Amino acid sequence: MKQSDFLKVVLPFKDKVFRLAKRLLVSTEEAEDATQELFFKLWKSKEKIADYKNVEAFAMTMTKNYCYDRLKSKQASNLTLVHSNYKEKDASLDKKVEYRDSVNQVHQLIENLPEQQKIIIQLRDIEEYDFDEICKMVDMKPTAVRVALSRARKTIREELIKKHNYGVS
Amino acid sequence: MELANIEKLVEKYLDATTTLQEEATLKQYFTEGNVAPHLQEYAYLFNYFAIAKNEKFTKTIKLEPKKSKKKNLKLWSVAASIALLISVFVGQQQYKEYQQRKEAERIFAQVSKGLILLSTNLKKGEQAVANLYTYENTVNKLLK
Repeated sequence: MKQSDFLKVVLPFKDKVFRLAKRLLVSTEEAEDATQELFFKLWKSKEKIADYKNVEAFAMTMTKNYCYDRLKSKQASNLTLVHSNYKEKDASLDKKVEYRDSVNQVHQLIENLPEQQKIIIQLRDIEEYDFDEICKMVDMKPTAVRVALSRARKTIREELIKKHNYGVS
Repeated sequence: MELANIEKLVEKYLDATTTLQEEATLKQYFTEGNVAPHLQEYAYLFNYFAIAKNEKFTKTIKLEPKKSKKKNLKLWSVAASIALLISVFVGQQQYKEYQQRKEAERIFAQVSKGLILLSTNLKKGEQAVANLYTYENTVNKLLK
């Protein structure tokens, strides 16, 4: 497999890999490094790639595992997560800013979900993958995926309602 | 799409039983504006999803430089192991030669020691034989 062929296969989902990495690793720099590293790994195993029916799903699974490893090693070396600078500005009077803040809040809320739910929300609601594909990527049973997804969605919704009723934004 | 239908879909959405198509319908409804007030929180949610999907990986993916570095490492390790093998082999050879030389010297010393012993003893014998000859000669002279 030549480099140009490889890139043709791999480039269409580079953004998805990056977004999943960012969802899990939080900081953009780390996600960029992870993406770079993952594509390098894929390039190294390019001989095997030809055999996979679904390279994209394989890459997503790899991304998930790689990010888990990164998170684990980060905890082991006692590094705290780099705090993401979501603009949690002071309540503005401007209606538009308020709206944008609420949208940003969703990011924060997803941030607070357990890892597994984070991944599933990312794969389903943002990347819009099939349930079958998600099951393969996260190596879970369909019912378990549905339960986790439903739980994640309900949590986010409840938190949003709570924030709005208390007039945070 | 009428509100009742959207409400039904939202219920299904929360139970994670919507299909991708139904979710696309929801996404469309909530990102277009004109959202019913009691469903406002979903508008934030789906707008966020739409925004998040637009994030792009802007850097170029490099496949080469790191590869050569790792390859170099491999090459170096191969070279080092070969050097080690050769040095062990040569060292063993030299050690064997040294042992052989030592052994030869030891044997040479033993042999020469034996020869010296033999020759001194032979000399003693010769002297005795010479004495015997002189003795015999004088006896013969006397007898004649």
